[in-house]
Amino acid sequence: MIRSAIVDRPISAAALIAEVSATGSGAISLFLGTVRDTNEGRPVSGLDYSAYIAMAEAELARILGEASERFDAPSLVVEHRVGSLALGEVSVGIAASHAHRSPALGAVGYMIEEIKKRLPIWKMERYSDGTQEWVENAQARADAGVTLPPSQ
Amino acid sequence: MSVVTVRLFASYAELFGGPTLDIPLENGDTVGDLLEKVRTLPAASQLPRDPLVAVNRTFATADSPVTPGDEVALIPPVAGG
Repeated sequence: MIRSAIVDRPISAAALIAEVSATGSGAISLFLGTVRDTNEGRPVSGLDYSAYIAMAEAELARILGEASERFDAPSLVVEHRVGSLALGEVSVGIAASHAHRSPALGAVGYMIEEIKKRLPIWKMERYSDGTQEWVENAQARADAGVTLPPSQ
Repeated sequence: MSVVTVRLFASYAELFGGPTLDIPLENGDTVGDLLEKVRTLPAASQLPRDPLVAVNRTFATADSPVTPGDEVALIPPVAGG
């Protein structure tokens, strides 16, 4: 099982776990990104995620393929949500299962790091004082294109 | 000569006041050439020195070619996850 999707509805951890569960698995690993109530000391009231959806879908599928290759083909599922999210809601859910724990843990870790560096998704942070701001990932690479071979 | 529609998102769409920019495209133009033309627009002074560009839904480099019919997008600093 391998699936990636950009969704505009709540993400269910239980559903993701069920998707990768199999009797051949000895380990299931799960990551959830959730909306936090503060950022750099400012009280956050919510987040609006927007995306270049067609490219985000393609890039998410590429990341999934890379994780599969690097971590011995675990069962993998990832969903990233777009739209307005309230505190505590899940923005991204990643689940992996494998006969062994190391590939399951490794695949999930790899995927969230690559998502943060490369996925064309943007976040407008809304604060309790009524202001809002575009925020950037510290991990957002100016050279995100470096994962591609240089053009000839 | 033709025109390429450059898609804009998030802070860049706000910067240029809309979801797209129409930029003239000449034979042999690269992403770098396209960015030079974008930089002639007044709002472009607020773009970073090396903005990310995607061609046909993949990150491109400055020497990537751009041809009529390509889907081009300027990608603001990402914030996924």
